[in-house]
Amino acid sequence: MEIVLAIITGILYAAGIYMMMRRSIVKLIIGVILFSNGVNLLIFLSGRIKRGKPPIIPESSDVFLDIYSDPIPQALILTAIVISFGLQAFAIVLVKRANKVLHTDDLDEFNTTDEDS
Amino acid sequence: MENIVIWPLAVHLFFSLILMFGWKNIKFQKNVTIIGNIISLAVAIYLFIFIYKNGTQTLAAGGWEAPFGIIFVSDLFAATLVLLTAISGFAVSIFTVISVMNARLRFGFFSVYHFLLLGLNGAFLTGDLFNLYVWFEIIIISSFVLISIGGEKNQLEGAVKYFALNFMASMIFLTGLGLLYGLTGTLNMADLSIKIANVENRSLVDICAVLFFVGFGIKSAVFPLYFWLPASYHTPPSAISALFGGLLTKVGVYALIRVFTLIFIEDLFIQNLMLAIAFFTILSGAFGALINNNLRKIFSYLIICHIGFILGGLGIYTEIAIAGALFYLIHDIMVKTNIYLISGLIFRLKGNTNLKKLGNLYKDYPKISVLIAIVLFSLVGVPPLSGFWPKISLFEAGFANNNYWYIGALTFGSLITLIIVSKIWAEAFWKNAKTLKPTKRFIQFDELRNLQKAQFVVPILILAVFSLYIGFGAEHIQQLASEIAHDLKNNQSYIDAVLKQEK
Repeated sequence: MEIVLAIITGILYAAGIYMMMRRSIVKLIIGVILFSNGVNLLIFLSGRIKRGKPPIIPESSDVFLDIYSDPIPQALILTAIVISFGLQAFAIVLVKRANKVLHTDDLDEFNTTDEDS
Repeated sequence: MENIVIWPLAVHLFFSLILMFGWKNIKFQKNVTIIGNIISLAVAIYLFIFIYKNGTQTLAAGGWEAPFGIIFVSDLFAATLVLLTAISGFAVSIFTVISVMNARLRFGFFSVYHFLLLGLNGAFLTGDLFNLYVWFEIIIISSFVLISIGGEKNQLEGAVKYFALNFMASMIFLTGLGLLYGLTGTLNMADLSIKIANVENRSLVDICAVLFFVGFGIKSAVFPLYFWLPASYHTPPSAISALFGGLLTKVGVYALIRVFTLIFIEDLFIQNLMLAIAFFTILSGAFGALINNNLRKIFSYLIICHIGFILGGLGIYTEIAIAGALFYLIHDIMVKTNIYLISGLIFRLKGNTNLKKLGNLYKDYPKISVLIAIVLFSLVGVPPLSGFWPKISLFEAGFANNNYWYIGALTFGSLITLIIVSKIWAEAFWKNAKTLKPTKRFIQFDELRNLQKAQFVVPILILAVFSLYIGFGAEHIQQLASEIAHDLKNNQSYIDAVLKQEK
């Protein structure tokens, strides 16, 4: 299972970065979404994958006796998903506004800020 | 008394929420935001004095002790930066109230302003790496709103570029964080500092270090990663640029200093990488500043150039070098905030910020010109003023470690800064130029009432007084910087304070 997820993470990173480097701003958004999902999967993997091992210490003991699945990466992903959701929502609105004002979705034509005025 | 650590956060959170209740009432918002900033300044001064007397304070959020819960740590470094943030935030808020158009302020501007300051303070005070990421996100989301509010053509364009690269930076930082958690199983910075020494897979640790460096490097605008900064910082109103230029890149530098003195230590590869990048950062910033004619763009490139000074100090990694870098950081926050405010004032005086069209400033406004001259000379570092003293430490450290490339770049960067300042002075202040024709939309400085004029000048005056204090009271700042550098270099005291270990 880990190897499959690792490959998927790699694909998401590659696809995300590729899409972010395209010229269209719509593809920039798609790249942003893929990239942030890739990062979420990476954090998930970094906590190791254990099936059906809750992180609960049995009553009779003070320490973990069995292997357990780490809950922290899942908490981290939850936070990261919420944050990247907010960012993506903002980005979509921003790109829509930019497109409305500049009448283009080609990043190469986003060059008025570089002019000397 | 340990709650004092999160007071600076609580004040800003409280005021940003209060401001939302007066969403449509701009007058209410203006008054409340100034009160809020005065209170936060008072809290920051109190926190700084408290930390200076009593040493590092920590607060475990929710009572979960380190290394399990989120820890807020206020050492001297963090307290100093919180104080500087409060000073800049206060000065900029006065300037914002008068200089930003009401059409912009109508969209919850001041609420977002306080959220930005909240994020900055949080980033300085947290002791947990993932929490640092969350504060970074709060900072960038607030800054996205502030940079695009108003919706002008070049603002939206700048915002798209700013968004894309800052988003990349966050994701790369998060990648490094995920890998680091996989290696060590902890996110507490002090705990990481201990555990990272026992990791067997050193190459993966190096990869994490590089990912952190790239992530924070984009945020602090170092050499190959700075292109978002000159493309976006001149687009929003000057008051916003001032806050961004003074503080946002510096929070990246803060994170670099914190992470590379606490977690990834004694890493020769990273140190050499930093020195090389500092060299190119100084050069590219200096050249960029030379070829531009727009005042605000020149200042954008000067930010990049001077980030290189600080990064080089960190790259040399001796106590003197870090002290020099910290002193430069303190000086830089004050003066960079101020020069953007000055560009806003010049825009109000003359109607544009292009050096080719400016002129006659000295003849028309001699008193204001003298004030601006003090700030510009501080920026260059003419001897008794503030930019001069940190360079002594940086040069000393450079010679002690035979880093002649860095010394060369430092000299070159200072020289170019001098050339640029004299160019600004000759073009904007001495040259004769046509006077601005009054238009309906734009209210000129001379037509303002005296109180309004004062609101433009007072924030610049406040920051200039602090710059002068840094220059003439350099002994105190140097002592402070050395103390912080000593703590950073010998990080055991930080770790002991966080993990509550007995000595």
